[in-house]
Amino acid sequence: MKRFLTVEDLWVRFKTRYDMVEAVRGVSFSLGRERLGIVGESGSGKSMTGRALLGLVRPPGDVSATRIDFLGQDLHRLPEKKMRHIRGKEISMVMQDPKYSLNPVLTVGEQITEAYRLHNRVSQKIARAKALEMLEEVQIRDPERVYKAYPSELSGGMGQRVMIAMMLIPDPKVLIADEPTSALDVTVQLKILQLLDQLVEKRGMGLIFISHDLPLVSSFCDRILIMYGGRIVETCRADQLDQATHPYTRGLLQSLPDIRHPRERLSVLTRDESWKQEESVNAII
Amino acid sequence: MPLSDTPAPMLSVQDLSVWFGDTHNRFQAVDTVSFTLAAGESLGLVGESGSGKSTILKAITHLATDISGHIHLDGTPLTGPRDKSFYSTVQMVFQDPYASLHPRHTVDRCLSEPLRLQGATDIDNRVRQVLEEVGLGAKFRFRYPHQLSGGQRQRVAIARALVQNARLLLLDEPTSALDVSVQAEILNLLSDLRKDRGLTFLFVSHDLAVISHMCDRILVMHQGKITEVLQDKQLQSGTAETPYTQGLIEASRGFTRKEMAGA
Amino acid sequence: MTQSSTRSLTRWLRTDEPASRLQARCIQVYNGWQDLRSNKLAMIGLIIILGLVVTALFAPFLAPQDPYAQDLSRRLLAPGQDGFLLGSDELGRDILSRIIHGAGTTLYIVLLVTLTAPVAGLIVGTVSGYLGGWTDAALMRITDIFLAFPKLILALAFVAALGAGIENAVLAIALTSWPPYARLARAETLTVRNMDYIAAIRLQGAGPIRIIVGHIWPLCVSSLIVRVTLDMAGIILTAAGLGFLGLGAQPPMAEWGAMISSGRKYILDYWWVATMPGLAIFIVSLGFNLLGDGLRDVLDPKKAQS
Repeated sequence: MKRFLTVEDLWVRFKTRYDMVEAVRGVSFSLGRERLGIVGESGSGKSMTGRALLGLVRPPGDVSATRIDFLGQDLHRLPEKKMRHIRGKEISMVMQDPKYSLNPVLTVGEQITEAYRLHNRVSQKIARAKALEMLEEVQIRDPERVYKAYPSELSGGMGQRVMIAMMLIPDPKVLIADEPTSALDVTVQLKILQLLDQLVEKRGMGLIFISHDLPLVSSFCDRILIMYGGRIVETCRADQLDQATHPYTRGLLQSLPDIRHPRERLSVLTRDESWKQEESVNAII
Repeated sequence: MPLSDTPAPMLSVQDLSVWFGDTHNRFQAVDTVSFTLAAGESLGLVGESGSGKSTILKAITHLATDISGHIHLDGTPLTGPRDKSFYSTVQMVFQDPYASLHPRHTVDRCLSEPLRLQGATDIDNRVRQVLEEVGLGAKFRFRYPHQLSGGQRQRVAIARALVQNARLLLLDEPTSALDVSVQAEILNLLSDLRKDRGLTFLFVSHDLAVISHMCDRILVMHQGKITEVLQDKQLQSGTAETPYTQGLIEASRGFTRKEMAGA
Repeated sequence: MTQSSTRSLTRWLRTDEPASRLQARCIQVYNGWQDLRSNKLAMIGLIIILGLVVTALFAPFLAPQDPYAQDLSRRLLAPGQDGFLLGSDELGRDILSRIIHGAGTTLYIVLLVTLTAPVAGLIVGTVSGYLGGWTDAALMRITDIFLAFPKLILALAFVAALGAGIENAVLAIALTSWPPYARLARAETLTVRNMDYIAAIRLQGAGPIRIIVGHIWPLCVSSLIVRVTLDMAGIILTAAGLGFLGLGAQPPMAEWGAMISSGRKYILDYWWVATMPGLAIFIVSLGFNLLGDGLRDVLDPKKAQS
């Protein structure tokens, strides 16, 4: 399989007034032409991992890695100026809530064309045509109307489609989606995933799907990394998640209520201190 | 004295409609909804955002005031501002534990204030007792919300709802802001409290799995109306009557890959 | 106190699990004090303010000379000359002694204004913001009317109506300076009134007064404190302005603002007459600012932690 990304020994540290917090602790994984899920609870370091890849960790956060290889370039050692070219054009990111990631005072059209023209020197007219085409591709029924609309006039699902259109218009090779559907209703969520799935398939992209929702990730992705306390505790094929062996993964799975198998009480996850001491599992394939 | 076979419901809601906004921009959030809730029952309200499920809780508690229809609690009609006995019977647990605790008040203040409002005397003991009951020890008593995790905050919120010995809990997505492992702890706590105290639940959620775990009977809401009443069993077998509910059930099972159109 | 009992008191104040509300309260005060103490700037502010208070209380003992004793033969002497540490004014009075005696007046003005205007603003703003509707509309229009007048003109009108004198000047300043506080408090109230924790306390059966006083005020106080400390110098100077116009402190009373006004005439040739009381005002308002900043951090338990 062709490798887009190879991340080796990634650390993200935050210095506070009193001590050092390690958000990501020695994580290694690779991404090919696949849907890679990163699952974990809040504080597991999953979002920070995604941000670190794009150099989006703000001070006092500090990123270190042996290498973050993207098609032969080491992103970790790339100067900010060159990184800006990668960000958006080669690797894009979709965030959780479209309400906060779209600019409220610009129309949807202005934002998409800006995203396109940032990386392509084309006229306004061509950019507009491209934007409308993209809106159509994310299955928005009347792209003309949405093009002129402000983000506040869009529903959550529509906003997230616009976000995806904006992120995909420069034709990136890798898309990082950080809880892209958590703010949406279940039925809308599935439509967005369907769309994401088709686009990734059609364009032959690599997708990193960061989520807290185990069942969703296991049904959507090809491969899963399970993170706990800043480390990868387990990695497996998505459809084999039910055979996971790590007690943390098992505990998470068992604490979920299941419609088809009702229980009196849910089993509660008891965390083991030793999980935090274990080596991070190497997920480079 | 007339005898009836079925006991009088604890809560009955008849033809409830709720509106938001002022006269120019009035929006109907709930449309002639009726249901009853027997003492000791756990009733679920499930639906997507904007379906009006949380609005019903607001109408019951008089946080939404532009309503029509009738609400009865223990056979007494509820109209206008609620009185003391209402607040000591009905309490609510909110969705976001990060927004439902006052940031400048300690856990102790948060729990003792309702007792003081009620005119209780043995405040210290009751605060200690209820903290123990929700699984937080005495050491949490004088902490501020920012010193607690999400799950601990939600335990405090549950303790606050129970400290006046309420019998009916209105639960507005009490676990949707929490991690799954913490969700399991809170749901277990709620089940235990319900058993120990004989509580009645009105449980609002968008999560079918959670609501089917917690409730005996489920009302499906869509665009302000109740579209279907589900029994627990129906959910397990996945046989709903309306296509909308069927869609919800399928969606709750996760993603199913469809072949690309035209591919 | 013996060493061991000091140690057990410290342990009592440092425990993670306070046994009673009293102990929790003491720990909170103690931790607040520790936080304040670790903030160097706030401690400088506190020392300045304490200095002001001490000076005001013991003025007769601290002042080297009689602040009202005139000696026209020794007028306008430079600092250090003839035993006048900070120089003498146009009537030959010792400026240092006048500043020391003026401390009390300044403290009096500042305390009176800070105890009235922000409190009035807090009440009007939170009531208006929380109740909304007609109450809000009516209270905010009144606030706007007060805001629309230039401060000094309005104060003048009040003093003209009430009569000259330091109390009336203070009252006039208070009456003209509450509207910005009301606006600020209202804005804060609007952001918190729809929070779940306010809904939660309503569902416990609390009435509007309890909610406003117990739940909304604590959230508005920190921004008000900052605003008040920033306004402090302005308050002292407005009082001085009134004095200058003959409507506040009356000569020969030693009051810093009045001293600046009278020294203004000589500013080009005898700079120290206006500068010395000016420095006093500067130092005191700096003290209030520093202390206010520190207090705000202590009052906000969340900020103090991070």
